[in-house]
Amino acid sequence: MDFNFTPQQNQFREELREFLRDEVPVEKQEVFGLLTEEQYQFGREINLKLAERNWLTIGWPEEHGGGGKGPIEQGILAEDLGYWRVPKSQSIGLGIVGPAIMVFGTQDQKDRYLGPIARAEVEYCQGFSEPNVGSDLASLELRAERDGDEYVLNGSKMFTSYAFHADYMYLLARTDPDAQKHRGISMFIADLKTPGISLTPLPYINGEMAAQTHFDNVRLPLSCLIGEENRGWYHAMTTLDFERSGLWRYANVRRVFDDFVEFCQASAPDGGQPLAEHPLVRHQMAQRRLGMETWKLLCWNVAWMQSSGAVPNSEASVAFLYGSEERLRFAEMAMELLGPYATLRHGSPLAPLLGNIEGIHREAMHLHGAGTTEIHRNIIAQRGLGMPR
Amino acid sequence: MDYGLTQEQQILRTAAREFLEAECPTSLVREVEGSSEGHSPDLWRKIAGLGWLGISLPDRYGGTGGSLTDQTVLFEEIGRALTPGPLLVSSVLAAHIVLNAGSDRQKDDLLPGIISGDLVLTLARGEKLETASGDGGLTLSGESPFVPHSGLADRIICATRPAIGAWPDTTLVIVDSQDERMTKTLMESIANYPQYLLEFDDVTISGDSVLGVIAEGQSVLDLAVQRATVIQCAETLGRAQKVLEIVVEYANNRVAFGRPIGTFQAVQHRCADLRVAVDGGRMLTYQAAWKLDQGLLAGDEVSMAKAQAGSMSRMATEAGHSIFAGISFTVEHDMQLYSARAKIAESNLGDTEYHLDQLAI
Repeated sequence: MDFNFTPQQNQFREELREFLRDEVPVEKQEVFGLLTEEQYQFGREINLKLAERNWLTIGWPEEHGGGGKGPIEQGILAEDLGYWRVPKSQSIGLGIVGPAIMVFGTQDQKDRYLGPIARAEVEYCQGFSEPNVGSDLASLELRAERDGDEYVLNGSKMFTSYAFHADYMYLLARTDPDAQKHRGISMFIADLKTPGISLTPLPYINGEMAAQTHFDNVRLPLSCLIGEENRGWYHAMTTLDFERSGLWRYANVRRVFDDFVEFCQASAPDGGQPLAEHPLVRHQMAQRRLGMETWKLLCWNVAWMQSSGAVPNSEASVAFLYGSEERLRFAEMAMELLGPYATLRHGSPLAPLLGNIEGIHREAMHLHGAGTTEIHRNIIAQRGLGMPR
Repeated sequence: MDYGLTQEQQILRTAAREFLEAECPTSLVREVEGSSEGHSPDLWRKIAGLGWLGISLPDRYGGTGGSLTDQTVLFEEIGRALTPGPLLVSSVLAAHIVLNAGSDRQKDDLLPGIISGDLVLTLARGEKLETASGDGGLTLSGESPFVPHSGLADRIICATRPAIGAWPDTTLVIVDSQDERMTKTLMESIANYPQYLLEFDDVTISGDSVLGVIAEGQSVLDLAVQRATVIQCAETLGRAQKVLEIVVEYANNRVAFGRPIGTFQAVQHRCADLRVAVDGGRMLTYQAAWKLDQGLLAGDEVSMAKAQAGSMSRMATEAGHSIFAGISFTVEHDMQLYSARAKIAESNLGDTEYHLDQLAI
């Protein structure tokens, strides 16, 4: 057992923090529930600077433009970027598409796609869910028909985060409608400038502008197929296990929790003792502190497993599920303790913590990332505990 | 960073599990529960023979000098098997007080016996234990409830406060369990856990029986309590893990509505929630053990582990009784053995609310 980081890892974190202190002033930091275009672009600028230092992909192998370190260093990066509220961008490419191409891509695809991701030049979105398909993802209907040297795509993808900023979509499509449902799916990368792709805006309650993405006779060259035809489902399940530590999300919430604790220590709304000295508040904050620490350890457990060569599967669902529910518990607690002040949005007079409490409460409704909480419980029970389907 | 067990620890875990499955079946646990001492002398001798009572004590007294983390691995198995006896109070709590406060002579007198199992020590730390200095040295008066295993203990370490205005801090003294001026009354409680109300009526404490310096015992006591708390979390963790396993096995085999009840999501999700809690409990418990092994301050980590152990074991109890359902309400079913011990552990060494209060910022 060793809960320490190596001296080199600690040094990396120190250098990273110095960089963040210099480059990310408070007024540029992301506020929960308020993702402006300016903030998004600022996040991209920071990613470019991180890429120049070879930090953005510090955990990738050197041959693919990475820093040659591992999941622990990548976890440190995620944790500190989240804690410093660097507006999030390019996470699909960095976390999922890049690693997928490393495993399933041809040499030509590696040459074509990996460099721009590592250099923070491109944004990806993900095309998994569809209007009629969510938890039962293997029933997806977007059709990709082979026609000579091309695939022709028809159908639509739903809940496309980053769609309006993305250059490419990483997607699953049905290539064999006659096969058993898991065995007729293939994985593609589609250039979003391809004719026939269009977006319908789909604003989210957390301030994000997502989209529904329509495919109308979209013709993709064969070279856009990632991995084997009709093996896309299995490729996707493998790649989902790559970026699963959830440390960014943890740290992003932890920052608000830590700020909230400070706020309660300083704030005495009734003119009497600070909030943090009320027994009820103390008790609830202790519970959430325990929850936050548990969440952190579960995330790092996933990163550690990856660093030791294991493939976290139900463990990632454990961390993800715990995190989704802990974030909501914290948001609800903060809402309860701050009363009507907690409902004040960024910009309102008397809004506590820049409106982050109101924002994180909306963000906490996102209980469906990488599967709903029920799906994660199914995964834990079935894959983790061996219970029957 | 390495959250895995060493090869030695994995071997220890396997060996402990195999031994306890053979030597400490639930039939024995039930038999011991029916006896007044809560103890199996036969099992105790075998456990001592394996060196488990000295796993974290120095070689020179007959121990094996392992870390608290090693001991945590062992006690996960001890908890899993519902192992009865004064392991925690004698080989962890009392032993580390003697080790850290005792004189060379006291250590030579007590530690080899604790490790060989020939001597059993327990700890009394009631708030109303007072020492006063008199003509012949110290005298001890007052009462201390909830002292485990005092029925079979040879010696009782008492953590005492000063009688009015004398010293500001705790004095640790040893009382012979045969002392005529001490009375013990069994406090009948859950699962017949053997704990006693001890009453001391001007018990004379000789100079040889003071552990460490008068009025300077609190820090030694606190550290031993922290270690014991981690070890008790390990026992709780082992029990919760075992409950998870037996519940899942039952759900996968019990048929209702024409299929195993383990196919129902309502059942699966209870099990999944318990798995999440057990994973969290494991991380928190080992974090606390590791931190203490590093010689670092670990009060917060210990309190987090203990507070979480309380909620984890409540979840195990609820999942177990709800999924086993009717049969687990019978005495003959093992689930009640786990839920009773969960409650004993939860209330011992500071309950969940106490430790949350310690954590409050």
